[in-house]
Amino acid sequence: MQSEQKPLLSVRNLKTYFFQDEGTVKAVDGATFDVYPGKTLGIVGESGCGKSVTAQSILRIVDQPGRIVDGEIVLRGADGNDVELTRLHPDSREMRDIRGTEIGLVFQEPMTSFSPVHTVGNQIVEAIRLHCGVNEREARIKAVETLRQVGIPKPERRIDEYAFELSGGLRQRAMIAVALSCNPRLLIADEPTTALDVTTQAQILDLLRQLQEQRGMAIMLITHNLGVIAEMADDVVVMYLGRVVEQGPVDAIFHSPQHPYTRALLRSIPSIESTPRVELPTISGSIPHPYNRPSGCPFYPRCPEFIPGTCDQAEPALRAVSEQQSVSCFLYQSQVSQGQGTKPSEGMA
Amino acid sequence: MATMDQILLDVKGLQKFFPIRRGVLQKVVGYVRAVDDVTFYINRGETLSLVGESGCGKTTTSRCVLRAIDPTAGQIHFRTDDGAMIDIAALPENKVQPLRRFMQMIFQDPFSSLNPRMTLLDIVGEPMLVNGMTDRQERQERVAELLTLVGMRPEYMRRFPHAFSGGQRQRIGIARALALNPQLVVADEPVSALDVSVQAQILNLMLRLQEQLGLTYLFVAHDLSVVKHISERVAVMYVGRIVEMATTEKIFGSPKHPYTEALLSSVPKPDPRLRSQRIVLEGEVADPANPPTGCYFHPRCRYAAEICRQETPAQEEIEPGHYVACHRARELSLRGIGKS
Repeated sequence: MQSEQKPLLSVRNLKTYFFQDEGTVKAVDGATFDVYPGKTLGIVGESGCGKSVTAQSILRIVDQPGRIVDGEIVLRGADGNDVELTRLHPDSREMRDIRGTEIGLVFQEPMTSFSPVHTVGNQIVEAIRLHCGVNEREARIKAVETLRQVGIPKPERRIDEYAFELSGGLRQRAMIAVALSCNPRLLIADEPTTALDVTTQAQILDLLRQLQEQRGMAIMLITHNLGVIAEMADDVVVMYLGRVVEQGPVDAIFHSPQHPYTRALLRSIPSIESTPRVELPTISGSIPHPYNRPSGCPFYPRCPEFIPGTCDQAEPALRAVSEQQSVSCFLYQSQVSQGQGTKPSEGMA
Repeated sequence: MATMDQILLDVKGLQKFFPIRRGVLQKVVGYVRAVDDVTFYINRGETLSLVGESGCGKTTTSRCVLRAIDPTAGQIHFRTDDGAMIDIAALPENKVQPLRRFMQMIFQDPFSSLNPRMTLLDIVGEPMLVNGMTDRQERQERVAELLTLVGMRPEYMRRFPHAFSGGQRQRIGIARALALNPQLVVADEPVSALDVSVQAQILNLMLRLQEQLGLTYLFVAHDLSVVKHISERVAVMYVGRIVEMATTEKIFGSPKHPYTEALLSSVPKPDPRLRSQRIVLEGEVADPANPPTGCYFHPRCRYAAEICRQETPAQEEIEPGHYVACHRARELSLRGIGKS
């Protein structure tokens, strides 16, 4: 049971805003979740929901003019001590040690995340030397070993090739090898299979699962693909416009979704299981532009169960609806008067 | 089985090779066989999907059909207004021009396919202008009508594309494609750049327009769920060839080609209870510049026999309307979707 195990990473009320001339974009606006060792947490949402910025916030690599304005990110260190990542300076020694050794990151674009002018091997060796403190020869041996583990054939030869000489699938495997080279306890995979074909995607997902079994690491899997989430995740966090709208075990999310957004999202995806050529139920409208974020619950303009006077006034807080599942929606907070929801912050349009 | 007069587009033996040039003299050292002997037909009012992984030649096929690029060999018969079949592949460029209004295209990326300096009126009205509708008033009325048809307010016609979201832009692209009342609409990955919640809106729109206007779609996509949702028939491509073609029910319910089976099983299903007995294909897609001998799929096929390594299988009709290119298609019993 999860409740007995302590989370490896706890994110509490994380807020990452981008301050731009045109206005403030609240990319992440109060995200709260836990990642447990050996488990996969799926974070799902459409574009602009803040899932990638959440990952960047954890690694403290948010680009300017973005800034973490509130919240906590607590990483349980290997020695049992907690580290509060938001208190560290992004360029500090400590933070740099955490990246790579404690938390590994796999990016979406296997094409662009490697340098085209260095061999794949050099880039892995660099990561290993930086983070594991070994000399070049040992690092190279370790790199070959990691490449072999991620299923790259003939790693002794492949290590001296450039990224463009590898196919999309091999490149993503090499990316995973970089992320895993220093045995991180948490792997953050940001859309790891989005740029890949389905058969290659199946190979990469299989690989991630195997590696998790062997190493017992936690995976935070960020994707917009509900199919990938259903295949991989133990727990799921559904985000919409920077907020967590629902979270719970994967089975509950797919079989008894509670938030109107989760329900609508699941209904609206064309499934390979469904009957062809019948009209799909849709979510009306489209995702609002980040500058015109609605007040109150961010989903209310598209919500079929919008309660006038409530949903557009206050922001619902994330509340438990069952032992493991929680939802931020006023439908489940009827006993609570509207004033008790989080008040929308001042100055919101 | 389709009767012959319903057929709108009949493609036979289509080939498109791209030369590989090397060295100072740019000598041709080989060919990428992007499309290699592709044969299919589309009936009037029907949707045929070309599906396959990247590099399988589905986009090249669709572009050959539109004569956006010239095929290396093969015939593309298109039924014109008067009912005659014309081989587009054999026509000189100036004879293709008048036929273009019957074949239009919807593009993948709604951001780069609309000129940011043109208003909706100019974008949707341009095909009409090109084809001789010079009266501004008339054009404006038609644009308003088209925008309403795709679910946008006609008042928006003075605005520029940047004012619209991805889904709305895709609607504009569809309105532009419909401006000249085409018969055949080629849609190359029309929803793959959109958010999931918006995909459904565009797919519904395309289905509705097809019913309303009697359109014929050639739909190119890699997403099998989307393909299943929109098509009546599906052609599965692998390294420049169609390996299987049948009705949507047959392809998904009882596939006959091992590649189709593997493709179906590798799609992640949005249901954790189906967490699966997936078939994970080993290795990688064959290189179309240097394909393996025999059946191109044999190095990754779990059913491969000796004959598969030596002989290229021909496309055979093993059941009415079900075409497969596999030596063992008749003996294998493969797993589809919805059955275990």
